[in-house]
Amino acid sequence: MAASRLTPVLSLASMLALWVVAAGLTNDAQILPTPWQLLPLFAQEFASGDLLTHLGATLVRVLWAFTLAMSLGTVLGLIMGRSTATNRWLDPWLVIFLNLPALVLIVLCYLWIGLTEAAAITAVTLNKVPNVAVVIREGARALDPDLDAMAKVYRMSWWTRQRHVVFPQLAPFVAAAARSGVAVIWKIVLVVEFLGRSSGVGFQIHLHFQLFDVAMVLVYAFAFIGVMLTVEWLLLQPAERRSRRWRTA
Amino acid sequence: MISVDITSKSFDGMPVLGPISFRIAPGETLALVGPSGIGKSTLLRILAGIDPEFEGRVQRPGALSMVFQEPTLLPWRSVLHNLLIPHPELRPDAARTMLARVGIDGKETLFPGQLSLGQQRRLSLARAFACAPKMLIMDEPFVSLDPETAETMLRLTEALISEHHPATLFVTHDLREADRLASRVLTLKSTPSGAVLGP
Repeated sequence: MAASRLTPVLSLASMLALWVVAAGLTNDAQILPTPWQLLPLFAQEFASGDLLTHLGATLVRVLWAFTLAMSLGTVLGLIMGRSTATNRWLDPWLVIFLNLPALVLIVLCYLWIGLTEAAAITAVTLNKVPNVAVVIREGARALDPDLDAMAKVYRMSWWTRQRHVVFPQLAPFVAAAARSGVAVIWKIVLVVEFLGRSSGVGFQIHLHFQLFDVAMVLVYAFAFIGVMLTVEWLLLQPAERRSRRWRTA
Repeated sequence: MISVDITSKSFDGMPVLGPISFRIAPGETLALVGPSGIGKSTLLRILAGIDPEFEGRVQRPGALSMVFQEPTLLPWRSVLHNLLIPHPELRPDAARTMLARVGIDGKETLFPGQLSLGQQRRLSLARAFACAPKMLIMDEPFVSLDPETAETMLRLTEALISEHHPATLFVTHDLREADRLASRVLTLKSTPSGAVLGP
């Protein structure tokens, strides 16, 4: 038990050691600074308020895109999983959107809607909706028909069925879509900010890329990775554990 | 009075049920027997309103309950909530009384997965009788139980039916069960135009 808890810590420590060795071999802070060379820069950005401002801007975009992609993807996946006819109609669309490069959608949204917040969030949402829909569709196909029959016999209302019969069966699929969704969405948000926003972690990375400032690129990247790991550990994992409580009781 | 007048039922053009007509009086218990795969469960699903795609007419009361072959419980909800969710009008103390009646009192907060198969079947029975049904449908309710548990469940079901007097139709392969519970036995037999009632 103790060994299994220690393994991730050792794994991260070895990654850090590898970084230190690589930084020592390159011996050029402009190409690859050591971890401790980032600390003063991190403190400086934090004290100036820039770090929090840009983290906040990215986090708001991630939250919007995540909420929209999960809501639309869940509804779409549920409908496609439950209705063969609808699935036959929408499946080719899904395949096209799944294979459309993220960059193409982002550029088209900026070209058609303009360099606006709405375009940025739309582009990220459209990139993620097909993935969520595919996962939820599998969940909807795996719904237990006997429980459906039971709900029908006992004349459960639509809302009661969704809340007590359908959603608990979909919960593992929603959790899987949410966890992979958060990981993918924040990466796409950074690209969207890189290409067409004047705030956010992606914008800062763009700025420091033009100045060839690797250290600042790493400061902003690691700061946001920290935020997303916190979201994963404090929100997503506890929510997933709660939804699986009945399995382990 | 429950009346069943089915003209036909088919799956993808393949006839499963032919003309079937019978009545069940209030408080009467009917057993439905016949070889495996002949369409007994299909007939029950039509009667329960689960399968509306058939030719004919079925008149049934609104207050209908069903005991499925498997317990068909909500594994993610507690024992108590497995009674309260299908019967939102049921008060929690009445639900607890029902659980005690079927012999699983004190297990309200457990999940169904924490109960034995016999206890899960008792819960399924409690759910069926919780709101005094006018009609009860049971699909091989004692299948896959050991003889001792099956006998206990049979006795419990007998007692609950005599307390609540629903019109009951149940499928069984066990003629001893049919004799014990039913006042009439319907037999399904196979014909080219689907299963019909035999003599």
